[in-house]
Amino acid sequence: MSAAQNPAAHDGSPGVPATLSARQLARRRRRDSFLRGWRLFRRNRSGMLGLVVLALFALVALAAPLLASAEGLEVTKATGGVLEPPSSEYWLGTDDQGRSVLTLLIWGARISLFVGLAATVISMVIGTLVGLVSGFSSGWAGAVLFRLTEWFLVIPFLPLAIVLATVLGRSLFNIALVIGVTSWPSTALLIRSQTLSIKERAYIERARVLGAGRWHQIRKHVLPNVMPMVFANTTLTVAIAILAETTLSFLGLGDPTRVSWGSMLEDAFQVGAITTGAWWFIVPPGVCVVLVVLAFTLVGQALEEVLNPRLKGGRAMMIGGGGGGGGT
Amino acid sequence: MNELLRMRDVSLTYRTEEGDVPAVRNVDLDLDRGEILGLAGESGCGKSTLASTILRLQPPSARVTGEVLFEGHDVLTMSWGDLRALRWAGASMVFQGALHSLNPVRRVGDQIAEPIHLHDPDIEDKKVEARVGELLEQVGLPAARARAYPHQLSGGQKQRIMIAMALACRPRLIVADEPTTALDVMVQAQVLHVLSGLVHELGVGMLMISHDLSVLADLCDRIVVMYGGRVVEQGPSKLVFGEALHPYAAALSAAFPRVGDPAARFAPSGLPGDPPDPAALPPGCSFAPRCPKSIEECSSAVPELRSFGADRQAACIRVEQP
Amino acid sequence: MTGRLLEARKVSVEFVARGGQVARALDGVDLEVGAGEIVALVGESGSGKTTVARTMLGLERPASGEVVFEGKPLSYSLRRLRELRRRVQMVLQDPAGALNPRQTVYESVAEGMRLHGIAAKDPEKRNETQLVAAAMASAGLRPPERLFLRYPHELSGGQRQRVLIAGALALGPELLIADEPVSSLDASIRGEILALLLKLRDELGLGVLVVTHDLGLAWNIADRIAVMYLGRVVEAGPTEEVLQAPQHPYTQALLSVVPEIEQVRPVVLTGEIPDPSRIPGGCRFHPRCPAVADGSAAADGVEEACRNQPLEILPPDPHGHHVACHLAALRSSTGPRTGSIV
Repeated sequence: MSAAQNPAAHDGSPGVPATLSARQLARRRRRDSFLRGWRLFRRNRSGMLGLVVLALFALVALAAPLLASAEGLEVTKATGGVLEPPSSEYWLGTDDQGRSVLTLLIWGARISLFVGLAATVISMVIGTLVGLVSGFSSGWAGAVLFRLTEWFLVIPFLPLAIVLATVLGRSLFNIALVIGVTSWPSTALLIRSQTLSIKERAYIERARVLGAGRWHQIRKHVLPNVMPMVFANTTLTVAIAILAETTLSFLGLGDPTRVSWGSMLEDAFQVGAITTGAWWFIVPPGVCVVLVVLAFTLVGQALEEVLNPRLKGGRAMMIGGGGGGGGT
Repeated sequence: MNELLRMRDVSLTYRTEEGDVPAVRNVDLDLDRGEILGLAGESGCGKSTLASTILRLQPPSARVTGEVLFEGHDVLTMSWGDLRALRWAGASMVFQGALHSLNPVRRVGDQIAEPIHLHDPDIEDKKVEARVGELLEQVGLPAARARAYPHQLSGGQKQRIMIAMALACRPRLIVADEPTTALDVMVQAQVLHVLSGLVHELGVGMLMISHDLSVLADLCDRIVVMYGGRVVEQGPSKLVFGEALHPYAAALSAAFPRVGDPAARFAPSGLPGDPPDPAALPPGCSFAPRCPKSIEECSSAVPELRSFGADRQAACIRVEQP
Repeated sequence: MTGRLLEARKVSVEFVARGGQVARALDGVDLEVGAGEIVALVGESGSGKTTVARTMLGLERPASGEVVFEGKPLSYSLRRLRELRRRVQMVLQDPAGALNPRQTVYESVAEGMRLHGIAAKDPEKRNETQLVAAAMASAGLRPPERLFLRYPHELSGGQRQRVLIAGALALGPELLIADEPVSSLDASIRGEILALLLKLRDELGLGVLVVTHDLGLAWNIADRIAVMYLGRVVEAGPTEEVLQAPQHPYTQALLSVVPEIEQVRPVVLTGEIPDPSRIPGGCRFHPRCPAVADGSAAADGVEEACRNQPLEILPPDPHGHHVACHLAALRSSTGPRTGSIV
């Protein structure tokens, strides 16, 4: 077999046959780097714990129709008594309408997670775009966007959310929109500062020297280097979004026809579950929110560690790099 | 006593997740008062790591064996109190990359004064100020520069501040780690001028570390060349630079051609391959894979340092006795 | 040595520093580089040498003067610049920073090719992978396939530099600008990279402009050399002449402090290069000039001129040896303000 077909490196790493196309090479690289990241992530115990918890909740949300009949949500079909404590028939008791709290919890997971994710998508898209453009353009466009970001950042979340929700009407989508529109500035600022520092790197100038226009520079160089931060930030944003949705629903701004953990808390509060001691109505949704938010936070922190470029240096950073006169 | 530094069979190994990495292997080194010793080598050769042991600054994950005797006392085993007294007042360092070693939010005068205060907590401010002024003048800067912040100074000036800092507590030994690497040729000449002046004026001993053999040849009395964590050649600087015995030392000195030498015109001289990774050292002589004179025997055993005349040693089996 | 390819004609570049002062990084530079020759642009930091390189590549716009490519002044439209970049490429300083840490070697080398659609236009109908392998092989990375999927941090300094050179070669340029090509590399591998540049000149007919502070490097590979001080070229000519018989006091001082030269007594200049926003009047070197300081300028009667009379920009003559110095002009056999010692 000639060297061109099977060039094994002296250091033992597998060679690459010359017959691979550019696309296959790119795919291989993505697969390799994903596996490497996964291996690093696996070592982080709290991150894995968070991931497991999230996976469980995601499973529950997706499998909701299998776990609890949708009919259990309808008030007219409720078969239980009012605020009954947990029993063998109703594992988590019933609510003030006689519905099974467990059913509500399972179906509520769907709404809470869905709204959280939708809000996060809106927030990340706006925030990343604004952050990239305001960081990269040195002209008036950048300055204007920056001022806009600061302005939105300063507005207090809750009053703005209440006003918007009241004006837009109570629906799931509107809640997601409200949360997205009020939480993008912090993402934008993060992305912007990251973009500003990347803009100065030599490889951006190299792209310019090779003939790249501004858009190519952003797409191929700034964005991939900013994405790790975006991912880590996303998981933390989801946590915040879920909390926000819970809050807004609790305040009565959510969709009245849908059950979410926040709306369960609102109901519980309205019927005085605290004073009557109906803990099975209040505690489970609260605990679920806390668990999900905690899980997202743990995963986000683990992701930040994995995607931190410091780790890419490896031993080279200890010995002093592969060039120059300094080092050891 | 004239004896300043004696290193005997010093070895340093880093303990990492992937195993033990030998950064320094069995090094012997001698330095006396009033002497300038050059330590030459490239990245990964262990020179900076070796120097860090003089003040016991090696990272906690490193395991050191051998003796590092400063004026007869072993730095590696001395008590914490003795070590504190040694640091800066016995021996001090001029670190590589002065740009990063200075605190940007404090005036340079205060930073020079810091070690003075640490070693003599009761000293009067007036005396400290006078001493700082004296130090600045010794390195060729006006005393008024003490009030400046680092960002107001140029690269050469910052490096001189680092030297002034190293002199603050009147050490007997100064270790200069790549003191001129990032500097322009003219500024480099100025800084080297200051350093050699100090050695002669104050009678200190200096260990100068650099990858530029020509700079060391100019300034130092003797040169020690390291490769792959070991000493491969040592001797008087003019001889090591001009007529090196070890093929690596010869290659290192040829890398910086003499301007005007017709042999170097359109004939840049370099070695194939790269300096070895300490975690994956080749068997036997670690230079063998790149050596123009290597033979099969070179990879079978690590060559010993052999003497070739008074005060010259080389670790190469291909060098003939004169 | 074929004709001039890229020229800078009386180019000045200004920057506005903090506080509103105007700093002239370049104050009138004439320079040309042709195919098949290696020109070294030598100076310390603050001399403006990197600015010259960047301006000639269109990365900076001159405040006055013009950059001329193949006889036509450079237009700064995106299209014209892109055309220029296909034929004139630059290898940046600091190989570690100049490569995107998230891109593999393959992607870094292919990037320029993709921007210009090189693979589609290849007369030999090679595909992208083959072209990338060819560029890497020309830069001395053999076998190239072994390094395709590596990341920059997995390479040594020398390999990174070769990857950068391969990325530039992939576009098939006629001129290469190398900014401090070996200053961040280990001493023992400098020679290999320099030998590569010579090989590219000999085998591909590339012209190379090397920007460096290292006179030894110029001695190793340059046909011609231009010495810069504070935004101007102060001496230019064939390497042998300028480095063995320097006429300008600054060049003489630089050569005297290069450590390997022991015969010459080192002339260590005091102070540092002045701030480009406050360029001295007359000859810009006069405050630090050893000839002014030790009285030889006064003895020859040119001290007045040194302090008050500015010197003209040196012409881009590829064969002559030119010096911008009143004293040298006086002492040379020919008379004009810029002493021409041919």
